[in-house]
Amino acid sequence: MSGFDFNYMFSLFPILFKYLGTTLEMAFIGLFFALGLALVLSIFRVFKIWGFNQFAVVFISFFRGTPLLVQLFLLYYGLPQVFPVLIGIDAFTASIIGLSLHFSAYMAESIRAAIDAVSKNQWEASFAVGMTRMQALRRIVLPQAFRIALPSLMNYFIDMIKSTSLAFTLGVTEIMAKAQMEAASSFRFFEAFLAVALIYWAMVAVFTHVQTYMEKRLAKAY
Amino acid sequence: MIKISNLSKAFDGTKVLDNIDIEIKKGEIVAIIGPSGTGKSTLLRCLNFLETPDTGDFTVGELKINVQTIKAAQITQLRKQFAFVFQNYALFANLNARDNIAEALQTVYKQDKQGAHSKAMQILKDIGLENKALSFPSQLSGGQQQRIGIGRAMAYPSQAILFDEPTSALDPQWVDEVLGLIKKLANQQQTMLIVTHEMEFARDVADRIIFMSEGRIVEQGSPEQLFTNPKDPRTQQFLARATKNQTR
Ligand SMILES: Nc1ncnc2c1ncn2[C@@H]1O[C@H](COP(=O)(O)OP(=O)(O)OP(=O)(O)O)[C@@H](O)[C@H]1O
Ligand SMILES: [Mg+2]
Repeated sequence: MSGFDFNYMFSLFPILFKYLGTTLEMAFIGLFFALGLALVLSIFRVFKIWGFNQFAVVFISFFRGTPLLVQLFLLYYGLPQVFPVLIGIDAFTASIIGLSLHFSAYMAESIRAAIDAVSKNQWEASFAVGMTRMQALRRIVLPQAFRIALPSLMNYFIDMIKSTSLAFTLGVTEIMAKAQMEAASSFRFFEAFLAVALIYWAMVAVFTHVQTYMEKRLAKAY
Repeated sequence: MIKISNLSKAFDGTKVLDNIDIEIKKGEIVAIIGPSGTGKSTLLRCLNFLETPDTGDFTVGELKINVQTIKAAQITQLRKQFAFVFQNYALFANLNARDNIAEALQTVYKQDKQGAHSKAMQILKDIGLENKALSFPSQLSGGQQQRIGIGRAMAYPSQAILFDEPTSALDPQWVDEVLGLIKKLANQQQTMLIVTHEMEFARDVADRIIFMSEGRIVEQGSPEQLFTNPKDPRTQQFLARATKNQTR
């Protein structure tokens, strides 16, 4: 059991690729819900809707202020003890919920900051032509804010892809879990974890390219 | 048809508008002049609630409101009665020239896209910017942006267009094309309330001049009367200085 076994490492790729779908599914479904929730939270904050604004502040503070791993454990192992309706929840769903809540808090803050960064005269011009706050936000301010927020949203998404590996601790068989299983039976930990690291690295490289491309496209738009 | 009474506004306890009364007839062109920091912009901004006035009764077309009892829906109604041209243009940065004009028609007046676009193209033709329909504000000169700002204000039916120093952010070479467009609107009997530092222009285009100082209307009258025979010493002093400084 010494030296580095290239062949073994390469033999792992096809095995791990079978579980890539689970990883990407968690990341994309998580992204969808995190963005939606972040948008709602940031609107509560921007319009200072009484009660909802305070809720958003506490929500964001909690989910940024505690580790994702703790949130996942709380959600999957803790909450069902208090709320028995949650007992049936599976690890995959719990992971997605945890990832969505966690990253929505970060994304809400970057969307809110981006909305604040849009010139105040864009709101005024919208109001002056008779738009409501919601129309102004949707038609004029958010499109501009989205462009400002895009780089940081993409960074959070990349962070989220890597964070799906924590779902392994809830018992979801994604690429990290599969690498762990392979390593445990072959005792070749280095090869197994290097293989999974290379897969994450490659994925992130792809999305970084997408990010660069989207930023260029958006910069050209106006 | 526009009647404003007892309009007051304070910022942090400092009175910026002090019991202003204004009446504007349909088709009338009123210019507001006065020293810097006198509340001219605040007055216009209060008219369409970009600032919330402290007191005031408004009659604008069919709409009668009191600023203390006004409801959110009435604020939107009121804003539709006034169109606004900003000193810094404030075009929608994410929309091209055509869509800047068409946006309100679609979002606020619920016209279909095709109708809104053809109306916008008509206006672009009127203001001589047909060929810039698909340009974004960042790709246009100051003068072109302000003409589109005026085009946006012309797009929907309003009781009056409010102009807040429409040329003072412009490089000198663009001023004439913008003043020319406003003159063209004046000839079409468009009701307008124009805050301006361009004395010659005010004299030329306005039916009535209002001189404001320190949050009050000090004096008003026809251009002839106000420029040649101002009664109040503050008006006399302001005009003496303004006409001396006038470079163009
Ligand atoms: N949002 C605000 N908060 C606090 N004070 C303000 C605000 N807006 C305007 N003011 C103050 O109100 C007074 C009137 O300002 P306003 O902009 O209406 O003057 P103006 O007559 O338009 O001047 P100018 O000719 O320089 O444009 C000024 O003293 C200004 O500092
Ligand atoms: Mg001003």
